Amino acid sequence: MRQITYRDALREAIEFEMRRDPRVFLAGEDAGRMGGANFVTKPSFGQFGPERIKDTPISETAIVGLGVGSAVTGLRPVIEITFMDFMGVCMDEVANQAAKMRYMFGGKAKLPLVIRTVNGAGNRTAAQHSQSLEAWLTHIPGLKVVMPSTPANVKGLFISSLRDDNPVVFVENRMLYNMKGDCPEGEYIVPLGKAEVIKEGNDVTIISYSRMIHISSSAASLLEKDNISAEVIDLQTLIPLDKDTILNSVKKTGRVVIVHEAVKTSGFGAEIAAFIADEAFGFLKSPIKRVTAPDTPIPYAAKLEDEFIPDNNKIIEAVKSII
Amino acid sequence: MSLSKQKMLEMYKTMLTIRKFEEKVAKLYASGKITGAVHLYTGEEAIATGVCANLKPDDYITSTHRGHGHLIAKGGKLDLMMAELFQKKTGYCKGKGGSMHICDMSLGIIGSNGIVGAGLVIANGAAQTCKVNGRSQVVVCFFGDGAANRGTFHEGINMASIWKLPVIFVCENNYYGISGCQKDMMNICDISNRSKSYGIPGITAEGNDVLAVYEAAKAALERARKGDGPTLLEFRTWRHRGHWEGDPDEWRKKEEHEMWLKKEPIANFSNFLIENKHASKQEILTIENEVAQELSIAIDFANKSPDVTPDQLYEDVYFVS
Repeated sequence: MRQITYRDALREAIEFEMRRDPRVFLAGEDAGRMGGANFVTKPSFGQFGPERIKDTPISETAIVGLGVGSAVTGLRPVIEITFMDFMGVCMDEVANQAAKMRYMFGGKAKLPLVIRTVNGAGNRTAAQHSQSLEAWLTHIPGLKVVMPSTPANVKGLFISSLRDDNPVVFVENRMLYNMKGDCPEGEYIVPLGKAEVIKEGNDVTIISYSRMIHISSSAASLLEKDNISAEVIDLQTLIPLDKDTILNSVKKTGRVVIVHEAVKTSGFGAEIAAFIADEAFGFLKSPIKRVTAPDTPIPYAAKLEDEFIPDNNKIIEAVKSII
Repeated sequence: MSLSKQKMLEMYKTMLTIRKFEEKVAKLYASGKITGAVHLYTGEEAIATGVCANLKPDDYITSTHRGHGHLIAKGGKLDLMMAELFQKKTGYCKGKGGSMHICDMSLGIIGSNGIVGAGLVIANGAAQTCKVNGRSQVVVCFFGDGAANRGTFHEGINMASIWKLPVIFVCENNYYGISGCQKDMMNICDISNRSKSYGIPGITAEGNDVLAVYEAAKAALERARKGDGPTLLEFRTWRHRGHWEGDPDEWRKKEEHEMWLKKEPIANFSNFLIENKHASKQEILTIENEVAQELSIAIDFANKSPDVTPDQLYEDVYFVS
């Protein structure tokens, strides 16, 4: 199978949908000629032009408002919020408008809106340009939250997100754009709400998503050398959560380590842990462990940021503490 | 100006319908039949009426927490509105939205909104759809003097101005948020002056004169339909009641209130129609009777409608295909 980058795979998906459906348009800061803050759609501008890929002012509130208003009246907007850290600026439009219009309006409104945004520490861009805030979004009924981790699933999940008639927050990871991996050609769909067991194992279930799935996979390989067989699950979608895949694995292994780069307290890992403790308590052989960033803002200095982000050692230590 | 008699009588009926609806809601609220957060449009009828009289069914409006007037002026059905306020399954939002969240997408009403200023950015999205559709549709964004201080005002109007979106921004300046007076909350007097910041026309007009509202809106909407972009309209008005039903309304001056009551839009318009022989007293009376009848039917419908059921709590969080 051909290997392309996460960035190119995503662009392929975006262009595919834009060609297929004239109602799809992109809007965001530097979305047009620059192709977005991470240059994802730079080559696309020539093909689609400024009416379908709109450069906006620095106005997150108005950008998401544009998405809400156009989605509810029949277009299929893809709105870009260049850094997840900026979600606070447009949180009313996301949480009080996009997420709630269908319910508040008694089912009379449909919002086929995709909000693309970017999480991820590791770039030395510090406290206000590196956060993983998915927990905010998973706490708002009415939103779907997708966190792709590979070239294949960024393509497949984007297409599903675009075709979903609900507001979907699509969280790309900035450290993955240049990552190469297998990616099918043509129309490739990964359904929302399905997790993937990317490595089978028997001794412990490691649950992760986004960039941390790769750290988890490498930790799992290292654990094999110590005869610990880890099963690794990539959630792919946080909301709706694939509880069946998680429970099947937990019932098999009895041990759980959840890995995310969001901070610990009230991170999405807490939700996963609570639901496992609730629905699979009898299968657990040990407490559920979470390997996360600490409850701090993200520091600038490389040595400190590297300490902030979960690594192999922290995952291995957590697994060994419950075996 | 040559508005037909029929058009003027329609506008009179719309204003009266809004007034009678709101008066009824006020009574029902006081008796406990309607509960929750209700913000009545009493006194401001000329603005919704005069603006919406220029609109077609496939034009859009974004409304506010004080939205009953906009809904009625855009063609909203009294029975479905009342049923919603009565928390019934047959209400506009199936009882799930309440006064501040009533919408009728079939009439282009993209919802009342409980967040002050929310419509200022949502309207642009609807305007983008209108632009893509290419049928000269327009969007009217209603908001108040308080909302003019929100970031959405700046971001929304700026964005509409650079893209010449087919939207007009209509500020209903009733001088007060809740207790805060406009003059204490901004350093300028005419909110329409802010239009200069966006390079668009800005006009302040008398909001209690339905014909003046109609004309000002007509010009702005023609501009928008042609593709020349947004206009900021400011209409001066006064809400007769407190901000919310139950508001002791201690914050406004008695003299100011009495002065504005004399300028109230409906009696003044019926006087105008009769004095200028656009309508007879009998025709006015006929309209009053029609309105009373329609309201009575709406209340009857709401009373007889079924209550919400528990399963509805979980419905419509997501669209499921």
